[in-house]
Amino acid sequence: MPNETPSSASALLDAEGPATTPSTWRKEVLRGWRSMVASRWALFGLIILVIAILVAIFGPSLAPFDPNRQNILLRLLPPGADGPRGTVFLLGSDALGRDVFSRLLYGARVSLLVGFAAILVGGTLGVIAGLVSGYFGGWVDDVIMRLGDIQLAFPFILLAIMFLVVLGPGLMNIILVLGIGQWITYARIVRAETLSLREKEYVEAARAMGDSTISIMFRTILPNIMAPLTVIASFNVASVILSEAALSFLGLGVPPNVPTWGSMLSESREHLLSNRWWLAVFPGLAIVFVVLAFNIIGDWLRDYLDPRLREKD
Amino acid sequence: MWTFLVRRLLQSVVVLLGVTLISFISLQIGGDPTYLFVSENASTEEIERARAVLGFDRPLHIQYLSYVWDVMRLDFGRSLTFRQPAMDVVLAALPATIELTLFSLILAVLISIPLGIVSALYRGKPVDGGIMTFAMIGQSIPNFWMGIMMIMFFGLYLRWFPISGHVPFLVPLFAGDFARAWANLPQSLHYMIMPAIAVGSYTLARNARLVRSSMLEVLQQDYVRTARSKGISETRVIVHHALRNAWLPVITMIGLEFGFLLGGVVVVETVFSYPGIGRLVFNAINQRDIPVVQASVIVLALVFILLNLIVDLIYARLDPRVKL
Repeated sequence: MPNETPSSASALLDAEGPATTPSTWRKEVLRGWRSMVASRWALFGLIILVIAILVAIFGPSLAPFDPNRQNILLRLLPPGADGPRGTVFLLGSDALGRDVFSRLLYGARVSLLVGFAAILVGGTLGVIAGLVSGYFGGWVDDVIMRLGDIQLAFPFILLAIMFLVVLGPGLMNIILVLGIGQWITYARIVRAETLSLREKEYVEAARAMGDSTISIMFRTILPNIMAPLTVIASFNVASVILSEAALSFLGLGVPPNVPTWGSMLSESREHLLSNRWWLAVFPGLAIVFVVLAFNIIGDWLRDYLDPRLREKD
Repeated sequence: MWTFLVRRLLQSVVVLLGVTLISFISLQIGGDPTYLFVSENASTEEIERARAVLGFDRPLHIQYLSYVWDVMRLDFGRSLTFRQPAMDVVLAALPATIELTLFSLILAVLISIPLGIVSALYRGKPVDGGIMTFAMIGQSIPNFWMGIMMIMFFGLYLRWFPISGHVPFLVPLFAGDFARAWANLPQSLHYMIMPAIAVGSYTLARNARLVRSSMLEVLQQDYVRTARSKGISETRVIVHHALRNAWLPVITMIGLEFGFLLGGVVVVETVFSYPGIGRLVFNAINQRDIPVVQASVIVLALVFILLNLIVDLIYARLDPRVKL
């Protein structure tokens, strides 16, 4: 029985099956949308996410100011203060007279880019490692899983600190370090699922028909484990964004001329005593909303895609 | 018991070797590591001399073996900014970090368990919804931002708590000076409460959800139904029958969460100018004091491995199904 897990998700995601005609796709999307609307939380998360993605894409054209444009005469102005020539600092200005609102819009780019790219890196590595580990077993499996154990023995942020101090700040560096930090999460899930799918009849059938190992791993097994992967990825984006913010806060993120929410918070610390609250409040809220959105959507996806993973409620 | 202990210790040794390998790689990954240890305007001769002194001119495998040997002796070389061995600097800061980590863990566990139980008992009611919303938001707040907000509100506006500093408790305690430790305790807690909440908020939220789902699962078990049908009071059923079993996944989780906590401590200490390893790492990062960064990271990894070992032992004691 190829469909022992008769969740709609596996039907939806099984690229081999006959279920994926355009009209079922439309039906699935519609069903997902209805379920999302029914759960108000999920809809809230989706709206925040869409706004964040739009801001990340169109930020430069929405921003009223150049985020790095300094103006020493207009430093540390509160939200709503007048800027140069009839403009307004919507969320105030920082210690160098830069517009907080514009910097906030640019900051969305780094957060989301790092979030998605790191997951892509970590997910790809983890899926390959997990498929190999689960499909072949034996010493390959042992080596891969022990490597993961060693990595998990480190609190992750420490590992990231150690590498980034040597590598120096940079978008590529932070994506790679955060991505490599996540691979084991995916590898473990993929391995466990592969182990159980390996013996299924439809995998055996593919083998009997002479499909290559690579084809069996990526075209027969992988599509059937996309559901749990999607759920994990969603939570993972949230935690990667938090890590990126923490590393930027420590001065280990992207170069200083790129505005990020973490580095804005880092700069805000010098002005806490003089009560420039807007420097600390807005970047933090931005992080909370985006991370919350991914966590909510992860929760919803888990319930929607894969009832087996559902928390009791 | 002994086989379990030996097996577990051997595992820890393997993990430790892995830790040295990873930190060794992190040193080499940027090219010649000599440049990390000399000032930017060092002359060619100075660099040559440093390379020879630090041993970076030897073959890689020799370098690694001598690195492992150094780590085993807890020797990370001299700090580039403090005029003493990096390890001494780190060990001086360690007790404060352990105090903060333990305190935030205790706080998180003490708050999350009742929250999770209440949530499970009033499943689907507004209380449950409120607690779970709170937990969801708690999991999404960066710990350092939480620290900043608490400093602004409780520290600077209400003036309830000091916004920085630390009064030692563990150091006099382990030095045998109980009177001083006892006298320091209230002050120590007063200084630690805000950083501890900031560090522990994620764990608190995570555990509240975990306790809830674990309780819900246990409450459906036959033995709980039996206990109820025997006419035992509901409190007794929950505390003696349900909670004792709902504990176990939570304890496993706590072991894993030491990692989060230690990682969180590094960032939050910086916010509160708390004199632990985290602040040390932050300053070392800014001054590119590599020996101190390496020593700190490895010491924290050691602490993490040790704590996990302890958690495993506690778990084995609490769960009679795990044979020692």
